[in-house]
Amino acid sequence: MSLGGEWYLTLAAALFTIGAVGLLVRRNVLVMFMCVELMLNAVNLTFVTFARMLDDIGGQSLVFFVLVVAAAEVVVGLGIIVAIFRRRAGATADDLHMLKG
Amino acid sequence: MTTVLLAVATKVDVGVFAAAAVIVLSGAIGVVLSANPVHAALSLVLTLFGVAVLFVAQGADFLAAVQVIVYAGAIVVLFLFVIMLIGVDRAEDVRHEPLRGQRPMAVILGLVALAEILLLSRGSDWATGARSVAGTSSGPGTNVEKLAESIFTRYLFAFEITSVLLVIAVVGAVTLVRKPPPVPRHEEADDDDTAAPAALASVADRDAG
Repeated sequence: MSLGGEWYLTLAAALFTIGAVGLLVRRNVLVMFMCVELMLNAVNLTFVTFARMLDDIGGQSLVFFVLVVAAAEVVVGLGIIVAIFRRRAGATADDLHMLKG
Repeated sequence: MTTVLLAVATKVDVGVFAAAAVIVLSGAIGVVLSANPVHAALSLVLTLFGVAVLFVAQGADFLAAVQVIVYAGAIVVLFLFVIMLIGVDRAEDVRHEPLRGQRPMAVILGLVALAEILLLSRGSDWATGARSVAGTSSGPGTNVEKLAESIFTRYLFAFEITSVLLVIAVVGAVTLVRKPPPVPRHEEADDDDTAAPAALASVADRDAG
């Protein structure tokens, strides 16, 4: 049928870690956002793997909702990024410290 | 783990998984390491396709199709649109490190987190053995039918609420990105308009003087 679920879970953990490290390391806001997408995909992979391992369609239903939320999140997030870049071009995350108290 | 599939994995399964894993991980590393945001977005497409292959390998056919259409199709194109729109397609100086020692710390933290996840998942029980209410993923019927039955019966209210979420997201995006409307022509606004050049002129006079 297919490979054991542990392999998929390990791969998902590695993908999540790469996304998290990228989110911490990069300073370009757009690339940081892409790293968030990587982490979301890692979690989706975990859900689908558990859905197969436990013979349960609920995991796949949840991935469906995660996809919807991710799409909405990307739209709003990119809107915020565009609004920020309107004010100051070429801003990295370090330049956005005007919100501090 | 009572319901781990006991079927023996064939060589094809192992090959598909290995190829997809290489694609996923190389794409992810490409996202993190490429200096140019466009290259990062293209690496993201690679990763999303790899994840879609892994979805197919695990029988989630509908989600794999949605993954390719929505993620690799729509979301990455949206990313590329924004990259081109705000003109940050030039390379970032990746070596510049404003916060000294932050990157090694981030990598160490990531490796510790990965080790923790793997260790904890080895030692813990994932399943209680109780059946969920969502239905089974195996048995007769296609993947799409079972997923649709789950979403449109058990999760119908959640599905309806996602439509509200999408409307809010659309309205929010339009509100965020829209340019502020011009100042309405009231008396106060007219006063402001006439006052502003006068103030500027006085400032200019003072500077000149």
